[in-house]
Order: sequence, then C-alpha cells, then structure tokens
Amino acid sequence: MTDLSALEAETLAAIAAAGDEPALEAARLAALGKKGAISTLLAGLGKMAPDERKTAGAAINAVKDAVSAALAARKEALKAAALDARLAAETLDVTLPVRETPAETGRIHPISQVMDELTAIFADMGFSIAEGPDVETDDYNFTRLNFPLGHPAREMHDTFFFHPDAKGERKLLRTHTSPVQVRTMLAKQPPIRVICPGRTYRCDSDQTHTPMFHQVEGLVIDKGSHLGHLKWILEEFCKAFFEVEHVKMRFRPSFFPFTEPSAEVDIQCRRSGGEIRFGEGEDWLEILGCGMVHPNVLRLCGVDPDVYQGFAWGMGIDRIAMLKYGMPDLRPFFEADVRWLSHYGFRPLDLPTLAGGLSG
Amino acid sequence: MKFTLSWLKDHLETQATLAEIVETLTRIGLEVEGLDDPSAKLKDFVIGYVVEAKQHPNADRLRVCHVDIGAGAPVQVVCGAPNARTGMKGVFSPVGTFIPGKAITLAKGVIRGVESHGMLCSAAELELSDDHDGIIDLPAGAPVGARYVDWAGLADPVIEINLTPNRPDAAGVHGVARDLAAAGLGRLKDRPIRAVEGAFPCPVGVTLQFAPQDAHLAPAFALRLVRGVKNGPSPEWMQKRLRAIGLRPINALVDITNYVTFDRARPLHVFDAKKVSGDLVVRRARAGEEVLALDGRTYALDPSHVVIADASGVESIAGVMGGEHSGCDEQTTDVLIESALWDPLTIAQTGRRLGIVTDARYRFERGVDPAFCVPGCELATHLVMELCGGEPSAMIVAGKLPAPDHRVDFPWSETKRLTGLDLPVAQQAATLEKLGFEILAQDATRAVVRAPSWRPDVEGKADLVEEVARIAGFDAVAPTPFAREDAAVAGPVLTLLQKRTRNARRALAARGLVEAVTWSFIAHDAARLFGGGSKALELANPIAAELSDMRPSLAPGLLAAAQRNADRGFGDVALFEVGQIFLGAGETDQRIAAAGVRRGAAKPEGAGRHWRGKAGPVDVVDAKADALALLQAMGVSLAAVQIVPGGPSFLHPGRCATLQFGPKNVAGWFGELHPRALEALDVEGPLSAFEITLAALPAPKARPTRIKPKLEASDFMPLDRDFAFVVDETVRAADVVKAAQSAERALIAGVSVFDVYRGPGVPEGKKSVALAVTLQPRERTLTDAEIEAASQKIVAEVTKKTGASLRG
Repeated sequence: MTDLSALEAETLAAIAAAGDEPALEAARLAALGKKGAISTLLAGLGKMAPDERKTAGAAINAVKDAVSAALAARKEALKAAALDARLAAETLDVTLPVRETPAETGRIHPISQVMDELTAIFADMGFSIAEGPDVETDDYNFTRLNFPLGHPAREMHDTFFFHPDAKGERKLLRTHTSPVQVRTMLAKQPPIRVICPGRTYRCDSDQTHTPMFHQVEGLVIDKGSHLGHLKWILEEFCKAFFEVEHVKMRFRPSFFPFTEPSAEVDIQCRRSGGEIRFGEGEDWLEILGCGMVHPNVLRLCGVDPDVYQGFAWGMGIDRIAMLKYGMPDLRPFFEADVRWLSHYGFRPLDLPTLAGGLSG
Repeated sequence: MKFTLSWLKDHLETQATLAEIVETLTRIGLEVEGLDDPSAKLKDFVIGYVVEAKQHPNADRLRVCHVDIGAGAPVQVVCGAPNARTGMKGVFSPVGTFIPGKAITLAKGVIRGVESHGMLCSAAELELSDDHDGIIDLPAGAPVGARYVDWAGLADPVIEINLTPNRPDAAGVHGVARDLAAAGLGRLKDRPIRAVEGAFPCPVGVTLQFAPQDAHLAPAFALRLVRGVKNGPSPEWMQKRLRAIGLRPINALVDITNYVTFDRARPLHVFDAKKVSGDLVVRRARAGEEVLALDGRTYALDPSHVVIADASGVESIAGVMGGEHSGCDEQTTDVLIESALWDPLTIAQTGRRLGIVTDARYRFERGVDPAFCVPGCELATHLVMELCGGEPSAMIVAGKLPAPDHRVDFPWSETKRLTGLDLPVAQQAATLEKLGFEILAQDATRAVVRAPSWRPDVEGKADLVEEVARIAGFDAVAPTPFAREDAAVAGPVLTLLQKRTRNARRALAARGLVEAVTWSFIAHDAARLFGGGSKALELANPIAAELSDMRPSLAPGLLAAAQRNADRGFGDVALFEVGQIFLGAGETDQRIAAAGVRRGAAKPEGAGRHWRGKAGPVDVVDAKADALALLQAMGVSLAAVQIVPGGPSFLHPGRCATLQFGPKNVAGWFGELHPRALEALDVEGPLSAFEITLAALPAPKARPTRIKPKLEASDFMPLDRDFAFVVDETVRAADVVKAAQSAERALIAGVSVFDVYRGPGVPEGKKSVALAVTLQPRERTLTDAEIEAASQKIVAEVTKKTGASLRG
C-alpha cells in the first residue's frame, strides 16, 4: 500500500508540474497509458486472490480516479492560461483614433435648413410650397405686381437684366419672389395658401447686401382673410421659428406697390454682445414686409377683388437664418468656406420637425 | 425727409412731447429713421464770463483764465486759444463733460504746474462747425450761467423720416403736421396764403412749346417778377433750419426756394431776371444742347429732357436743376420766381439719365400737389418781399392748372373686410376729413369720398382703408386665429420634385459632403465650358465680369469653391450643391440639379491619411459611388440606370460616364475632370465630380396601397462560387457580370466583382475579372452535380458573351 500511496503522490506531483499540454499528456501516459503505472497495477489485479483483489482493486481505482480528476483540472487550468496569454498578446491600443463618420462630417447649409423649418411650420398651417423661375419677365416681376412703368419703386429694385431678345423683350432676374404669387394666382382658383421660397437677385453688393439672396413669401387668397389673420399667422410663425414662447411685434404702416394696406413688421428684441434675443428687451428689429394684396394685383392676376381678398408677406431667408443662428455676416453664406459651413451648417440627420422641435 | 421740431410746430399746434411725436410718426407710417437732439449732447455747456485772463507763468502760449459761470467762485481754466482775453464771454464746459468734437470726457488737469478745472470751447469741439482757431466769442449780452444750447437756439431736435414713395405730401413739413393732427397730436395750422397783388404786368412771358401729345410734360407754369430786391444772406432763423436738415445756406433768394421745398413739398426756381434774355420757353431739349447747371457741371441734353430756355439757350433743366448762367447771387436785383408742374415720369428719367439727385427731383418724381402751384408762388413772393424787399409783378400762369377730382365710392364696411377692424362710421369719416379727404355724400353704409389734390397715391377703396387703419393704428387690429381649411391632420404638401430636392441634400450630406450655396451666375468662359454661355443667358449688367452668365451646371461653382478652400489650406474637401441650373431663358428651361465635387483625398470613407490605411486621391469611382447613392436615395432602381462610358468634354474621356434612362433621357454624369478643363478653370486636382438633374429621374410607380411585396426568404443556405475570367482589356466588367447573371436567373441571387488583375499569368492586353457568384437554392439543397452544372452554364455564358476564358 505504501507503494500505491507513493505512486499517487508521485503522479499528482507530475500532473501539477506539467507546464503545458505535452507535459500533461506525458504524465497521463506515465500513469494511465497502456503501460502506465496505474494501468499496470490494474492489469495485475487478475492474478490476485479474490479477497486481495477486492481490497487492492478499490485502492487502485481510488488512485486512478484521483489522478483522472487531477488531469482534468490541470488541463482546464492550462487552457485558461493559454487563452489569457493569447488575449494578452492580442491587445490593441484602443486610444488610436477612428475615422470620422461621414454622416457627422457632412453638412446641410443653413439656408436649406431654414427652408425645411419654414416648410415644417407652414405645412402644418395648411400651406403648400409654390415655385417659379429665377429668369422672369418684366410683366410678372413688376407690371402685374402694380409697379407702373417708370415708377420710382422699380428703380429701388436694382434689377439684373438680360439682353433684349429678337422680339425686343428683355428678361430679368427676379428681384423678389413675388412673381411666384402672380404665377400661383394665374394657375389656380382661390382658396390659395402657399409659401414661395427661392433665390432672388439685385445688383447690389456691400457688407450687408449680396447680388443673390433668398426670400420666402406667403400668399393667402380667399373670401374672408384680413389683416387680423395675417397678424396671427406672423406671430405664430415667429414664435415657432425662433422657438420662443412670446414675441412682441409692431406693425408699422408702410408702402409696397403690391399691397394695400401695407406694413413693415418689427420684432421686439434684446441685443447684447452680438447676440439677439427675441421675446424680451426694448429694441425693435425689422424682419418682414406684408399687407393685403392690392386690388390691382388681384385684377391683373384674374381674381375679382370684390369677391376675393387676401394677404401676402415676404422676408429674407438668409436674414432670419442670421437672426436665429447668429451668423454675423451675410457674405460668407455664399463663399463655400468649409470652416464656415462646418461651423454654421447642420448635420444631415437634424431634420426639423414640429414634433421633435425645429432645432432638436 | 428731415425737419426740426420747431419747424414742425410752425404747422402743428401741439402739447405733445418729442417722444410722443416720434412714436406717433412711426406708428402712422412716417417711420422715424433718425433723431438728432443736439440739446442732449450739449446740455452741460454753459455761458461763462472771463473775469481775468493772464499769462501762464510757465508757458508762452497759454493763459490762465478765471471764468465766472454764474454760480460760486470763478473757476480757474488754462486756455491755449489765441483769442482768450479778459472780459470776453465764451462757452464753458466743467470737469466731467463729454466733448463731442474730441470724443473725450473732460478731466481735471494740471497744465505746466497750474490746475485747470474745465475748458473754454471752440465751435469744433462742440461739433458746430470746423472752426477750431479759437474759442467761441459770444456777444456781451449773453447771459452768464445759462445753457449755451438754449441761448443759441440749438435745442431744436432734427427728425428724419424714411418716406415711402407713395407719400409725396409728407415731403413737406406741412404734410407731416397734417398726418400728426389727424392722429390726434394737435391741430394743423392751415393758414390761407394771401394772393399778392401785382404792381405791374410780368415783363417776361412764358410759352409752353409742346406738341399736343406732349402737353402732359408741363401742365402749368406760374411766373412772377419781383424787382428791386436786395439779395444777401437769409435771416439766421432760416439758415439755422436749413443747416439743421443738412442744406448749405447760399443767399436769401435761393434759400427761400429750398425752404419752401421742405416746408410745403413745393420746389421752386428763381432766375436772375437781368440774365434772362427775352421770354421763357418751356420745351423739349434739342439734340446737342447743353447746360452748365448750378452744381458746376455741364450736362448734354437731348429731346427726352424738358428744359426752360430763353433767347440765348437753355437756362434750367425742368424740375431737376437750374442753370448757373441765370442763377441768383448777391448782385441780383430783379428775380423771376417759377412755380411749375412737371410730368413725374419724365423728371424721374431725366434725373436718372443725367445722374442728378436734388430735392426738387425727389418731389416732382413722386408727385407735387397741383393745387399748390399758384399758392407756392405766392408764398415765395411773400418771403422774397419780407426778406429782400422789392415790388412784385402780376403772376402769369401758362398752361392749365389741373383740378384733380378723384372720387372713391367707399363702403364703410371695407375697413372691416380688409383689416378686421370694426371702426364706427363717424371715426372713419373724421379721420378721412382730417387728412383732407372730402366726403361728398354719405349714408350709414357708404360714402363718396374725394381724395385731396396732394394725394396722387389714392386710387380706390383699399387706399382709404389704409388711411383709416393707419391712423387708428395697426396695433388696434387683433390677431385672429387662422385655422387650416379642414380640421384634419395636416396632409403632405410637397411635390415629388420638392421631396427629392430635400432628400438629395440629406443623402449627400450623409455621405460626408458639405453643402455649399454658390452664385447662380458664373464667368462666361466657365459657362461655355459646361455647355452654356448663350447670349440669352448673359446678363446685360453683371455686378462683376466673373459673374456674367447664368450657370448651365453646378460644377463650375463647386470646383472654384473647392480651389478656394485648397488655397486656404483645406485641400481635402467634399462639397455639394442642390440648386437651379439654366438651359435657356424660357420659363421651363430651369432645372434643379444635384452635384458633388471631391478634391484631394476627400474619399467617401474619410479624408486624408489614417493609421489604418491611406485614402489615396479621389477618383471616378468615388464620384460614381456618390451619384449612385443619390439615385438610390431618390428611390430610383439602379437596375433601370444605364451607365454609359464617356461623357461631356470637360471630363477625363477615359474616366467618366453618362447616366441615362434610355438614350433620350440623360440624367447626368460622373467622372474625373479633364486636365484641360482644370486649366481653363484655374483649379488643381485631383478632382472628381458628378451632376444629376433631378427632374430627369423617373417617378416611382403610383401604387394603390403602401403594402410591401411579400418577403421571399429561402430556408436553404446560399453558397458562393468564385470564377476568374480572362477577357480583353476592352471588355466591360458590367458585361461580364451581366453575362454571369443571365446564365441561371432563378438560381443566381447575386454576382460581385472581387478582383481585377493584370500582370504575370495574364497575357498582355487582357485582364482577369474575378466574380463571386451567389447561388440561392429555393426548394431543396443543391447536389454537387447541380452545382457543377450551374457553374458550367455560367462559364459557358460568360465565354459566349464576352470572349472570356476561365483563368487556369
């Protein structure tokens, strides 16, 4: 029995000492292989007397079980160690930078973003979007909007002209989006509710003017719309667009050839440190022009001014973008400097919605 | 239009404060653009008496003055002015005063060892004139201790209103006063102007020499001589007012014309009668005539201009500017006063063509009150006689004075219809009458209203509504909720093209491109290079030579923008624009296009060098990827798109393609830029670009429901088989793929190109195209024999259609 104990101790020691799979296999073979020490002892049982065999058998099998268990445990331990070693070897420097996601580096221009904001607000109020060409006729840009020939108001528009064509007609670049009103009224019977965003042009260029800019106009024609409705729409629009709970607006009588009565609208604000806040303060800032559509315009667009009536308003998209988002100058809007675009532009997935808030 | 408060009060009896007046002007449509209240900035300057001025002990050119300022002990001041002397009176500013002319706040000083507790000021320091040679020297009677600004009558605030072109009547102080009176701010002082009796007939005659169709050019012309006048400087009160509104006093006769121009919106002209030879003739100018005008410039005239001439030639450009030759000066003893009516359009054109801006032109082109033509002449005569003496002739009036009688049938309800404002009839009537409208007849529902002669802008009902509403104040109009036409969930409003325009922006931005908005006009050469540059789309008056032609493509603007960024040190840029391009000047020739430009190493996967691998220069494949991604975002099936190698001449002929839906529907292009195009545009590559016209894309099929087709997902594993085909260089990969696909349509779920190889093992002039073909069993797992049969069919089909051989 002493021999058996020694064998067990010796085998377990060999297993514990096995540093890798081959060493462990060698220890297994030495004990449990065909010619292993324990296998040999078991083979010797057959030659023993039954009584002796019973006692010796139990003892040898106990040793065999212990050795098997030790082998399994050691194997598991070696496997875990090998995995740890592999993982350690596989370590990567996770502080290395990744490439920027295109969806995060791409940008939407502020003008496009604001147009989408306008669309969200006015679509909810039941307005659709009307568009027209940039290259317009004098008739649509001026005459049908009640600018008589030679009227000083025409001169105030600094119009870009094309060369006269074979028929002597001289086209121009629209100076405002109002010709779209004309096109809408000529094409569609009232009731009309549209906004007309688009590019407009005046040959004027300095710190605050660019030869190209963007306007949005609104037009409502039906049988009962009046100045009170216009005031409500513009107040609601300003609250929604500037994302403030209150705005205070001032409607000043003014003059536009295509509206009567006409008004310019100021919005109350506070200016401090280059920032403008609406809904507070004591300053007034002019933001748009509006009025009841002039009876002459209605008549010239095939609408009976004694049956139908309506109102229109217009404002600069670039300008309201500057007011809302704080760009100090207009000129960089059109300079395509990626530093400006990346800074003032919007991420492609920042889609303005009324449900989620226009600017998120 | 500028005027002073005291001037306004000549015409308006009012208790209103300056603040109330300013607020009301803006509220009724005469927007106050500027308010200059000199009393505010000069309030601390007082009149001082120099009790003693003695030599400064340490400086030759300085004096030490003791100034009595009416309170307390005299103040010690060190003064450097050469005219500072004992016994004079001057303008004193104490320590702490802001000196406008120097933009400093005065502090106590010690000058060469002597304390100075204030300053005696020059006119320049008070910004009253440029005179800084000495301190202001006041007359002995000036009251010591009084505010200088009050004593000098400088405390007359100047109000500037931004006059809209429809209000010529408010181009005179009297008209402004009338509006304020109507708004409840006081009473209009509307004194009648007494006619002056002529002592003798007017010795100079006037003929309006016009063809009948030109009679409107000069409807009426009033003229009067005043003889024996003594011309000289106009009185101080008149000079002060003229100076306050930015005019330079010249002499009494000229100042009177300017004064009446602003006082009554009635421009006048005065001729020195001794310099006029014979009678005056009003006519069109003759070709080749010229005139030396009062501004010292000579203007060449033609028959489009109306002039006043005498026997020796043109004396005045009608309604715009008088001539130098017959102008009035200190020697003038006999003066002819002209008060005429002109055609607004002609005046506007003449002024514009000759480049002359005058206060007379400003008023005549907007419309001058015809009924005030004669009273204007009378008013001027009174002023001439008052200021210069003299004896007046009778007045002659050539032509016929128009008597405007514009009547509007006005239903009182119109105000409510257009504004929502429910004003009592009495209030509406009162407002109109205060503004000078005459109510000829009225009942409870309507009135016949005659517009005043000074309101040429009034046409119809809407104009009267504006008058009534602006005086009541637009603030009185209550915001009225404006519900949608139907009380339902708001429906979609965008057209397909509008949706695609929006989505195109988001899709391209999501690929890392940055949206630019560039000018709609580009340089002529660039327009030509991109297929434009026609005469019809060339501006007649471009703002700059390089912004002359409407763009036929978005690419030139983007390429130039990429180069500008590169010049600033940002060479890896990816820009896009979605906007209008112009194919012609017709109203249907405008299209919405989407274009993108990548420069340098601005690859879709990220720009520039990176530790995981270098991006390399942008190329045609990047442009193609952007273009196809855009098409997919537009809902276009790529199976429907034809990608035809080759494209417009500004692209690299071997690295570009045309995108089309059939040969007649070209939608766009992509590619690398032609080196010659880059040179012509003065930009440097590498650059790749694409452009797609959104309107050319097919619309999705309209479907009755939103139900998607049923998903066909097989239960059996798909398997891949790889093939390498050796084909001629000229064979297109797309044809190899197409051939493979067509071999077993039901079984082949996909074909991808995973390698293109040229080199050892592949003969010269050939390439190896390696395909991975995915087979998707539908009903059961494929047997080896079936897979083999499919493979052979693929090889056979590709061989047959492309001349390929399987690479060994």
